[in-house]
Amino acid sequence: MSRFLRSPLGRLSAWLTAPDPTSRLQARLGQAWLTWLRFSRNPLAMLGLGIILALVLMALFAPLLAPHDPLEQDLAQRLLPPFSPGHWLGTDEFGRDILSRIIHGARITLTIVALVAVTAPVFGLLIGTVSGYFGGWVDTVLMRLTDIFLAFPRLILALALVAALGPGIENAILAIALTAWPPYARVARAETLTVRSADYIAAIRLAGASHGRIILGHVTPMCLPSVIIRVTLDMAGVILTAAGLGFLGLGAQPPLPEWGLMISSGRKFLFDQWWVATMPGLAIFIVSLGFNLLGDGLRDVLDPRSASR
Amino acid sequence: MSSNTTTTTLPPDDISHRLWRLARDALRLLVMLATTFLGLLAITFFIGRVVPIDPVLAIVGERATQEQYEAARHALGLDRPLIVQFLIYVKDAATGNFGTSLLTAKPVLDDIGRVFPATLELATIATVLGVLLGVPAGVIAATRPGTLVDQIIRIVGLMGYSMPVFWLGLMGLLIFYGELGWVGGPGRLDTFQEMMFESEVPRHTGMILIDSALAGAWDIFRNALSHIVLPAGVLAYYSMAYISRMTRSFMMNELSQEYVTTARVKGLPEWRVVWVHALGNTLVPLVTVIALSYANLLEGSVLTETVFAWPGLGLYITNALMSADMAAVMGGTIIVGAAFILLNMASDILYRLIDPRARAAA
Repeated sequence: MSRFLRSPLGRLSAWLTAPDPTSRLQARLGQAWLTWLRFSRNPLAMLGLGIILALVLMALFAPLLAPHDPLEQDLAQRLLPPFSPGHWLGTDEFGRDILSRIIHGARITLTIVALVAVTAPVFGLLIGTVSGYFGGWVDTVLMRLTDIFLAFPRLILALALVAALGPGIENAILAIALTAWPPYARVARAETLTVRSADYIAAIRLAGASHGRIILGHVTPMCLPSVIIRVTLDMAGVILTAAGLGFLGLGAQPPLPEWGLMISSGRKFLFDQWWVATMPGLAIFIVSLGFNLLGDGLRDVLDPRSASR
Repeated sequence: MSSNTTTTTLPPDDISHRLWRLARDALRLLVMLATTFLGLLAITFFIGRVVPIDPVLAIVGERATQEQYEAARHALGLDRPLIVQFLIYVKDAATGNFGTSLLTAKPVLDDIGRVFPATLELATIATVLGVLLGVPAGVIAATRPGTLVDQIIRIVGLMGYSMPVFWLGLMGLLIFYGELGWVGGPGRLDTFQEMMFESEVPRHTGMILIDSALAGAWDIFRNALSHIVLPAGVLAYYSMAYISRMTRSFMMNELSQEYVTTARVKGLPEWRVVWVHALGNTLVPLVTVIALSYANLLEGSVLTETVFAWPGLGLYITNALMSADMAAVMGGTIIVGAAFILLNMASDILYRLIDPRARAAA
């Protein structure tokens, strides 16, 4: 034990858990470390994190991991069943290796998720914090607008948007982002209302800070934990919506190895070559489950209100 | 407690005061409903008229002469100011004029009236199944938090949140129709039964289960049941996942209240405490949740109906999308959006009517 305490790792751990941090950095890192310790005790959340990490690695190293070119056709090898030599998950109607397509498809899924995750929450945060901070008619107008967007079923609105803009993966991402922001605005507004009349905000205002500075520097950070939880939980929905658009032929276009599109092309062979539609669906399911497990775990750790439940 | 005292201090005959408050609430609700509908129309108007590069070109084609182009532009009303166009659009929508479908060459509203019962039938059965499975699952999980049963219910629910609905539908077809042959395949009826239904059963509701039962055509009823059970089961899984999760959290809240302890101390049997006292008090928020899940099923039906070739509103919208039939797409979108808004509003009103606390707070 004492040997561990003297080792570099032991000293790092002691530094992180010190009850009397000597610098702001030490205090912050210590907090993060404790949060991580609580998070890592939840096996399901860790499983979720593992799935997401695997997805990221798969997307990064797709060309190295995939045994075949995802677009390479080989009609002599079409519709091979799983566990065929060289094709673990079988091949599709053009003789393309399904495993390689799923691995490369991770890039598309991750791109969609990342683009939606950096646009919709930022927009929602802006609307929500401004609405909650200023109150009055600004609040009324912005929240009415949010309610109208919330009143729309998301998939239908995305469908209508893509129908007007034309099918394609860029338009699908745009449509999903445009339909994803209202819940963030609601969450951010609720958080803003709880801090808006806090003493520390009054103190900064008296010190002469501008509205913009108060909102960006002192209100937004307070909303972040709730918004991050919401983003993680929402990502599963984003993946499902993107896959649904792909399935309907409105998202990614052939020959891109998008998972929803792959299910749609496998539908024709469902009863005879079940694996063509089944495998990409399993990939969507596992990745969405990963985001849901991670989001659930994050909520238990970051949101003190749900921890008591 | 304060809400109780205010209601008791009110003179019981003060009806005019109550009526006044009711009228004020109703007016506020109507204004809210109207602005939400206007917003809905503004969004669909924007999507349908402003976003496409040039709607006129889409109709007359690239080779049209300048005169033909202008004539088409005038006929569409696109030469007028945008705000005038929008007002005409609102007037048309209010009178149910959504234009004519390119695909069926019929008014969009007639088409929607024809296909809507199929969606309603599917969503209703799915919601009933979802409630019958989801509420007990949520209650059982809440009474045993942290146990294996709770974990299993939680994971089954999370799996529902993570599965693409169209994929689950395909897997269901593969297993229960293709391999096992337990259920009917795509569509609402087999071809033969469909002909029988078309020729012999009078239409009352457009819902096959009800119409065939009314006519006593039990062969058709059984056939329709074997066709609806799979798509309804798939949708029910999603509504069950949502309802069981919410029921669990409502019940956890109720079970920690003092009246539950009191009931237990009085010596009431545990099942009565849980299923009568505590569950009774969660009914109010549950109504909201069930209405929301019903509204969500309308949306989930778009993909489900495509997979099961179910001739409802969802399939109508996707078919219209495939053939760039924008009038039909937008009409369908508005109807689904309006149903969504009305269901939300209805759950809100029910909430106020059932829960005296919400009534007093308003």
